[in-house]
Amino acid sequence: MSRGDGLQVGADGRLRHLLTTEGLSAEMIRRILDTADQFVSVSERDVKKVPLLRGRSVFNVFFESSTRTRTTFEIAAKRLSADVINLNVGVSSTSKGETLLDTVYNLQAMDADMFVVRHAQSGAAHLIARHVKPGVAVINAGDGRHAHPTQGLLDMYTIRHYKKDFSALTVAIVGDVLHSRVARSQIHALKTLGVPEVRVVGPATLVPAAVERMGVRVFHDMLEGIRGCDVVIMLRLQNERMNGALLPSAGEFFKCYGLTPEKLARAKPDAIVMHPGPMNRGVEIDSAVADGRQSVIMPQVTFGIAVRMAVMSMLGSPHEG
Amino acid sequence: MKVEIRGARVVDPASGRDEKASVWIDDGRIAAVGAAPQGFRADETIDAAGLVACPGLVDLSARLREPGFEYKATLESEMAAAAAGGVTTLACPPDTDPPLDEPGLVEMLTRRASGVHGTRVHPLGALTTGLKGERLAEMVELAEAGCLGFFQGSAALPDNATLLQAMRYAVTFGFTVWLRPQDASLAAGGVAHEGEVATRLGLPPIPVIAETVATRTIIELMKATGARVHLARLSAGATLELVHRAKARGLPLTCDVGVHHLHLCDRDIGEFDALANLAPPLRDPSDRERLRRAVADGTIDAICSDHTPVDDDAKLVPFGEAEPGATGLELLLPLTLQWGRECGLALGPTLAAVTSRPAAILGVKAGSLAPGAPADICLFDPARAWVVKPQELASQGKNTPFMGLELTGRAVRTLVSGRTVHAAR
Repeated sequence: MSRGDGLQVGADGRLRHLLTTEGLSAEMIRRILDTADQFVSVSERDVKKVPLLRGRSVFNVFFESSTRTRTTFEIAAKRLSADVINLNVGVSSTSKGETLLDTVYNLQAMDADMFVVRHAQSGAAHLIARHVKPGVAVINAGDGRHAHPTQGLLDMYTIRHYKKDFSALTVAIVGDVLHSRVARSQIHALKTLGVPEVRVVGPATLVPAAVERMGVRVFHDMLEGIRGCDVVIMLRLQNERMNGALLPSAGEFFKCYGLTPEKLARAKPDAIVMHPGPMNRGVEIDSAVADGRQSVIMPQVTFGIAVRMAVMSMLGSPHEG
Repeated sequence: MKVEIRGARVVDPASGRDEKASVWIDDGRIAAVGAAPQGFRADETIDAAGLVACPGLVDLSARLREPGFEYKATLESEMAAAAAGGVTTLACPPDTDPPLDEPGLVEMLTRRASGVHGTRVHPLGALTTGLKGERLAEMVELAEAGCLGFFQGSAALPDNATLLQAMRYAVTFGFTVWLRPQDASLAAGGVAHEGEVATRLGLPPIPVIAETVATRTIIELMKATGARVHLARLSAGATLELVHRAKARGLPLTCDVGVHHLHLCDRDIGEFDALANLAPPLRDPSDRERLRRAVADGTIDAICSDHTPVDDDAKLVPFGEAEPGATGLELLLPLTLQWGRECGLALGPTLAAVTSRPAAILGVKAGSLAPGAPADICLFDPARAWVVKPQELASQGKNTPFMGLELTGRAVRTLVSGRTVHAAR
């Protein structure tokens, strides 16, 4: 009785929306990453603009505030020559009682071509994608604990950049997997791209039920979990999780799961360290690691622009993708 | 008024009768089944060839949405839905606005319902004032106003101390306490069964232990107080062992399951289908299998519709913000028939789960075609296939995960006290 099959990829194989990495084919992911390759060079030019989305309107609609993610989408859209409108809906319409879909319909009436949406509820982007006019594209910029597909894809870009081949990698995702939409998007993409071993590492309070059904191995011991890894992805620990029933303290979390040079030594010597940002130094990651030679956290940010440009160009120009 | 229903296959689960026969109705009561009573001259003959005649269905949970939620449904629309579904007796939970916690509200509701001249409506009173779980409601007064039991509905259970006192008080007067077993703290914030689907979709989970912990507590409190308890809307296979053992020990425990939980599971959430947001949540396919078997073996006493009409606006929101529930009065019969077929049950035992067995829980004279019983009868076409469409449903609530799907079996004519309250085209 599953509905919405084909919501994000049309019968013609074209990307219509980007809602989740789940169900994207390896070929589609590679096509997005290959497209991003071209945009990395655009970002290195003096004139960092291409006219692919000229005359098109991209609405950044953030029901949950996030300056950083919104900015990366804004930069990506502007480099594609789109008109960008930023809306922090969290503090305007919904507080007046307007429903999510009413907000979207209103913006659609202002001739939006593309929505970039962040919302605290899992599935919000699916709901919007199901109700926008044909031809209007939705990019999920994070919905609840569910998905953050552009982050997942930029992480795949980063891994491909440094490791070339996915087929022999061991990747560990460490920390608050329970609440992480980033982890879910990474897991789907890594499995689809053929990574043979994906591990999630964290205390039982932060590992969701039946997560092994997503094809991952669960480790509660950090040293075991990152042993022999090619890629170590640290997740952000939200402040509100730090002192309560899930964890006794940020300090104890760091002691058990914070990535220090000593722990990183268990991974392969050429392992890369990733983090979706923003980092909590001294909570999930030691500064010596965050700023160390194995860290690729800053390149992730740079690649993020190119990957978002790739996704927007594929969604926004009818003959691309 | 004397009526003969002629040519139907008469299925009366209470007596075990399953044969082609006439049903004779005199002055709103069953006069006889089979041979005509002496000197019986029918004023009206209903030709029911090809149909099944069974006792009108008894639904242990149908929300009529009055008072307070008339924008979701009205008494008139939902009683029409009941009649169209072959339901002639229903119990409505007290989770209205305001909740059914005072006699005046209950009297108003029953008076309004009796004015519609259709399905018999039996309110369940609030167990605690405002369903807040703090002060006991006036159970004696509410019982005098017509409440057949006391329930928290979809509201959270009271804390254990209050629940203990509520049970003691109910025992004093011989009332049945209805409880939906769900530990509020373990279920807090959750919207979907804790398992693969909720993890994949990032939906806050409701673990099975929320139900088993609450059930264990309730059983302990039953042992301490001697209270009679009806567990409403079981969802988890693990609960069934607890229920089975409690019943084997002779505790006065009954329970029901919502019909959706016999057919659907968490996989049916698909990609965030808010129509599959139910309370309790749809669980694992293995839970569904165990629930299906438990109704067949009698561990679960009855199937109910858990009818909850929800307006479109309350479902056109992200899954976790959607109001839980599904419209069900008109789906109860076909979905029960489908469960029975798939379990290889004969029609009598199948229909017992929606007639004689729930009637026994309510303690009302319904669910039987015995001579002298009220002539509450459902005539249905067991072979009629129909597609669930908004315009096919009398209920104001069009919220069902079965929308667009084909079901088999539909009430053709419904009688309450021998009077036709629904006749299909």
